[in-house]
Amino acid sequence: MSIWWFVLWSLLKVLVVTVVLLMGVAYTVLLERKVVGRIQNRWGPSRVGPFGLLQPLVDGAKSFLKEDIIPTGVYKPLYLLAPILSLACALILISVVPFGNPDIALGGFHLFQISDVNIGLLVVLGVTSVGVYGIALAGWSSNNKYSLLGSLRSSAQLISYELALGLSLVGVVLRAGSLNLRVIVESQATHGLLSWNIFGGFQFIAFFVYLTAAYAETNRAPFDLPEAESELTAGYHTEYSSMKFAMFFMAEYANMINVGCVATLLFLGGWTSPFGDIFGLQQYPILAAILPLFWFVSKVFFFLFLYIWVRGTLPRFRYDQLMNFGWRWLLPVAILNIVGTSLWLALKQ
Amino acid sequence: MNMQAVPLNWYLLLSAALFSLGIVGFLIRRNLITIFMSIELMLNGVNLSFVTFAHQWHMVKGQIFVFFVMVVAAAEAAVGLAIIIAVYRARATLAVDRIDLMKL
Amino acid sequence: MHLILFIIFAGLCLAGALNLLLQKHPINSALSLVVVMTSLAVLYLLLGAEFLAAAQIIVYAGAIMVLFTFVIMLLNAGREERTLGSRAAIAVGFPAVAVILAVIATVLVKAQGLGAASLSDGVTSTEDLSRVLFHELLLPFEVTSVLILIAILGAVALARKGHGEQEAGK
Repeated sequence: MSIWWFVLWSLLKVLVVTVVLLMGVAYTVLLERKVVGRIQNRWGPSRVGPFGLLQPLVDGAKSFLKEDIIPTGVYKPLYLLAPILSLACALILISVVPFGNPDIALGGFHLFQISDVNIGLLVVLGVTSVGVYGIALAGWSSNNKYSLLGSLRSSAQLISYELALGLSLVGVVLRAGSLNLRVIVESQATHGLLSWNIFGGFQFIAFFVYLTAAYAETNRAPFDLPEAESELTAGYHTEYSSMKFAMFFMAEYANMINVGCVATLLFLGGWTSPFGDIFGLQQYPILAAILPLFWFVSKVFFFLFLYIWVRGTLPRFRYDQLMNFGWRWLLPVAILNIVGTSLWLALKQ
Repeated sequence: MNMQAVPLNWYLLLSAALFSLGIVGFLIRRNLITIFMSIELMLNGVNLSFVTFAHQWHMVKGQIFVFFVMVVAAAEAAVGLAIIIAVYRARATLAVDRIDLMKL
Repeated sequence: MHLILFIIFAGLCLAGALNLLLQKHPINSALSLVVVMTSLAVLYLLLGAEFLAAAQIIVYAGAIMVLFTFVIMLLNAGREERTLGSRAAIAVGFPAVAVILAVIATVLVKAQGLGAASLSDGVTSTEDLSRVLFHELLLPFEVTSVLILIAILGAVALARKGHGEQEAGK
């Protein structure tokens, strides 16, 4: 395999995955508007296309055609850099995620994962932690007090919850004995549902901690303080308009999808089927390639639905409640989970 | 595609260059935070040479040194920035020329 | 391939470090330092230090530099002015550093017996690293955790408003 073929093939994969991810982002927005609409007893978008299915297209065209305003007081280089950084960090993350069975290859090229990295989980954490810059710089460079307050809140929130987020994943790493996302999924593949980390691995506490911390990381309800409309106008993206606002918006939804992907891989067995292979479907090569993809997408869909459900149900936390919850509850619980898991693994040997 | 190797001297030269740039920054900048960042740059330059030597002698301990340097740098950043905040509260300036008294 | 990657990221490193010196505003300096640190992470990967590359991004770029940016934003630190002291430092500092760099560089260029790095070299796995860290170097590791604890306490004690103000507040 020549290196140029490898580069070409990787570029093709990146292109396809990015387009699919952006489509996913667009339709997550529609899903959210529909589901929140139904929760609030109204229809949500229903005019454009059948069931409002073309709404994302129209939304995209709208934000593209709006006037792009750069306020006079802003610090321009960073003001322009911030949305790009946000979106880039959100999109890069998908490159280490195995979204189908990565063992399946076509002529030596692996189909369902862009790159199989030994330190996949650390890459996920690293890219998430660099994503803070987008928000911090957006608020500071806007030269607006609401933006600055929103971004200060947000950076403090992200830094605090990153600890709980990272520590909640240690239990999973201990069980799998590897940081490679493919290996972590394969360690849960033996008995279907029963060997998933959340059930068979007794990681449901870690799962709860991860999910809560991830909701705070993505600035979603009930932790959407950085953009609390009633207090801060729109938080860090108050001064952003048109495509630059759309980039923040896309970054938020892409991050939701990323959290769904990571939670699926670490706790719900990734692409593996909940029934194991009791129907013997693995012998058909086409089904064996497509079914994992189906399971993965439906699990991620479940997480997205949960996100929207929580948003439609729970009220927003107050800032001091948020900090207390993160430091006094989530962090100790995550540490206890590590101690418990390592004791259990040590005694089992 | 040539799989051409890079001599380790180049890595060490880069590390020396980063370290010297850190010293220059430490000397010529007049903002407390930037001076502190120059120190971080020097630490990073040293870290690169640790990793390079770990590669040269196939020893894992070189990398562990870097790990410890990172821990110390993190502790140093936390305490240093707290000191900077305290100084700013007392003096309302970050220019080192104006912070030349021993007591706050 | 290794050569190309090295040239790109070593260039980024040097450019970032120079930019750190030349920028007037601390936030630009902080961001150029982030560039230096991320390109160093790539160089670590090229040298086969996988875990360190990730730690470099997570600890340096993701935590320490975010803290710097946070403080710069919080204090709203402005541009710095040129003073007499800085002119003296430029006049004396640059030649002195140039001499130091020249000495180190001659030693390094003349150094024999140093190998070379290429992409096909082995990678230090996280497992090897943790084996050494948690078996041979367990005591230093534990000591650093005490150091971190002290640093946390020190940071809290220093950054908290002074006792006098607090009692006045009560």
